[in-house]
Amino acid sequence: MNNRLYGNLIFELSQEGRRGYSLPKNRFGSYELPASMRRAEDAQLPECDEMTVVRHYTNLSANNFGVDNGFYPLGSCTMKYNPKINEEMAALPQFSGLHPLQPAETTRGAEAICTLLCKSLCELTGLHAFTLKPFAGAHGELTGLMVIKKYHESRGDESRRLVIVPDSAHGTNPASAAVCGLEIIEVKSLSDGTVDVEALKALLAEHGPEVAAMMMTNPNTLGLFERQIPVIQKMVHDVGALMYYDGANLNPMLGAARPGDMGFDVMHINLHKTFSTPHGGGGPGAGPVGVRQGLESFFPNVSPYHGNFAVAMRAYAYILSLGRENVKLVGPLATLNANYIKECLKDVYELPIEGLCKHEFVFDGLKDKSTGVTTMDVAKRLLDYGYHAPTIYFPLLFHESLMIEPTENESKETIDGFIRVMRQIAEEAKTDPELVKSAPHNTPIGRVDDVLAAKHPITTYRQLKADLS
Amino acid sequence: MHKYFPHTENDLKDMLAKVGVSSLEDLYAEVPQEIRFQGDYQLPSEMSELEVRQLFERLGSQNKQLVCFAGAGVYDHYMPSVIPNLLQRSEFLTSYTPYQAEISQGTLHYIFEYQSMMAELTGMDISNASMYDGTTATAEAVMMAVAAGKKQRKVLVSETVDPKTVDVVKTYAHFHGIDIEMIAAKEGVTDLAAMRSQLSAGDVAGVVVQQPNYYGIIEDYTGVADAVHEQKALFIMNSVIADLALLKTPGEWGADIAVGDGQSLGIPMQWGGPYVGYMCCTEKLIRKMPGRIVGKTLDNRGQRAFVLTLQAREQHIRRQKATSNICSNQSLMALFVTIYCSLMGKQGLKEAAELSYAGAHYLCDELLKTGRFSLAYQQPFFNEFVVRYDGDVDALQHRLLELGIFGGVKVDDHQLMFAVTEKRTKEEIDKLIELL
Repeated sequence: MNNRLYGNLIFELSQEGRRGYSLPKNRFGSYELPASMRRAEDAQLPECDEMTVVRHYTNLSANNFGVDNGFYPLGSCTMKYNPKINEEMAALPQFSGLHPLQPAETTRGAEAICTLLCKSLCELTGLHAFTLKPFAGAHGELTGLMVIKKYHESRGDESRRLVIVPDSAHGTNPASAAVCGLEIIEVKSLSDGTVDVEALKALLAEHGPEVAAMMMTNPNTLGLFERQIPVIQKMVHDVGALMYYDGANLNPMLGAARPGDMGFDVMHINLHKTFSTPHGGGGPGAGPVGVRQGLESFFPNVSPYHGNFAVAMRAYAYILSLGRENVKLVGPLATLNANYIKECLKDVYELPIEGLCKHEFVFDGLKDKSTGVTTMDVAKRLLDYGYHAPTIYFPLLFHESLMIEPTENESKETIDGFIRVMRQIAEEAKTDPELVKSAPHNTPIGRVDDVLAAKHPITTYRQLKADLS
Repeated sequence: MHKYFPHTENDLKDMLAKVGVSSLEDLYAEVPQEIRFQGDYQLPSEMSELEVRQLFERLGSQNKQLVCFAGAGVYDHYMPSVIPNLLQRSEFLTSYTPYQAEISQGTLHYIFEYQSMMAELTGMDISNASMYDGTTATAEAVMMAVAAGKKQRKVLVSETVDPKTVDVVKTYAHFHGIDIEMIAAKEGVTDLAAMRSQLSAGDVAGVVVQQPNYYGIIEDYTGVADAVHEQKALFIMNSVIADLALLKTPGEWGADIAVGDGQSLGIPMQWGGPYVGYMCCTEKLIRKMPGRIVGKTLDNRGQRAFVLTLQAREQHIRRQKATSNICSNQSLMALFVTIYCSLMGKQGLKEAAELSYAGAHYLCDELLKTGRFSLAYQQPFFNEFVVRYDGDVDALQHRLLELGIFGGVKVDDHQLMFAVTEKRTKEEIDKLIELL
């Protein structure tokens, strides 16, 4: 990774008359779009030769840190290794060249992959059917909630407009419910971080006939397994509502427990988390949705074709590479890594909830708060040492949340290195707090001015040029 | 251990001891026995890399790659070699959403470039960092129009919009509580008189049209923006982005929101995805926009830097009050179209569009010359058009298929829709005509 910024924009490398393309000659004769239908001014796109483009994006990439660069303990995001063979399989021209409306007899192989992947996902989750249509995790949540709403509507049960979520839920849960035309009620967590069953009981007693579903992730966002899930699912089903499983935290459950067996009716899976497909700087992912038998007829049409098919191909290649012998080790090894880090650091970082965690856990900042060094500072200082930061300030249950998730791919040496650095930062916080507060120092850029960006938004090159002049 | 797991026997022993449990099993002690998963998953056994490759290649051989004369929203454009090569740069491919700006300037820079390019192509002020695809981007635009409005609950959608887009929009609208009212088509274009009367009935938050429309026709939207704005509604235009290198832009037509799919910028068809949705709008709507937005700022060393901005619109801050539930963008596909636009540049994008335009018109002329086809609509078109066939459409398509040609998309029992991109050669077109 660069330690000095490569800061150009492609527009700044442009010179009129250069070109980075070659096209076949026009041999069709003189057909021309009439002037009345043309745009008045050309789009101001860059003009660069091919090598300039290649160097620009190669140099830009070196401003970035990815899983292939080093340890990426970003909680809730399951930054596991993205196998190279999967990339190659997804790019095979026999698949990448298929038009989505091609007749079925010409796409048998592609269809087979979708069928086989769905079958594997059913087996791994204990559910009955999957749709690959949703493009992402949040899209999957929305799709799943649509299934639930349609299920209630099909029974003439139109009054169910509430979705219960724990106060530790991912932000997408309430947002997906809102897009789906549902309202959220929050259920409190106990001091041990799990759902307060008594509070839930009270909510269900008050709102029972209006509740469409309860959305949970298990383990929850603190990385804690919801032990009361058999009781919870029964209470929710007893009032006629359904259970939705947010699959963001599915990874530790591989080899341990299946959402279907826990009593969930509908779920989504983030293929870009549990099934190793690359995050790509924010996408594309895929969010297949699975349901219990009897609900598959309610799958809504949330996308036109087969979802992000090339992402599904990667996930299936991953499942095949692991096979039944190894899939069941994914959860336990990820869980071992997380617990090991927790135990090695809890004397210097504040562990609000003791006990076994699953794939991730949350510290509430440094144990010694007297130095004024915050979670933000620790996160930024980690960048100096060549680690990606953990997820910070989420979940909202603690002020200084620092959420750490090491995946099953990380070796003991890597993890020990991280532990050493985390301890060193805790030490620096005491001996030289300014060093930590002003971090990072060894990255292409320092801390950015978020307020300036929001107050005076410059989001295109045209605006940037106008601003300079 | 498997090649993806680095744990040795000694590592396991030491780590379990530190955690204070005696086996991996014990890490799940709190999971009630009745829901513990026991035994083996019914899955294939572990495959070597070679076996995985062989399986995919075998399945691949069950597909048929065709010479593609189909479009209907997905176009067979050429992907320059540079792109897949750069997209495999690990630093791009294996990174997360750029929350940590200090080690994500690569992603943030290219998203800024992407936003700039989309704004240029659509003729709009601003763009977000991308959306899932064109259909969901349109659905998001519809919700955005309702959110930006003053309690209007109705959105008008032209019947000349791609029916697959309409389907997805209707799905979102049904659950979100928005009424979708279709505007009739006449001669293959939006019936503007019908639109005006539907607008004057009131309660309209937005109007959605497509350009070129589903049938490839270039519609004349003169006066539409004014009519829509008179009712305090937003004008939403869905376009095939590559065509905007030449066509009058959504901005020039007076659109408030421009949306669509970016697939036409060289993205492989890959059986439907991943593609990338774009969404651009006027400056005054920026705070109503869903999705990520990247903006310019400074770092504490005084350097120009880029950062995710205006996050107060988003789900992780606003939860149920967010502008959308969207959490990711299609970053890597945004990088794809950014590199495509950088290579093709100002001239190349126009030339590719001109080639597609010329090829489609050549094919159309040749089809008409056979005497068995006639244009379904007497309207100007871009690189796609609908023809009536005097024979059996199914039999014709089947025959072409046998010869390795995807002969257009069937519209109904008498009509076919053909698309041509810069990838189709004169030889391929002449062969198609010959086979007819």
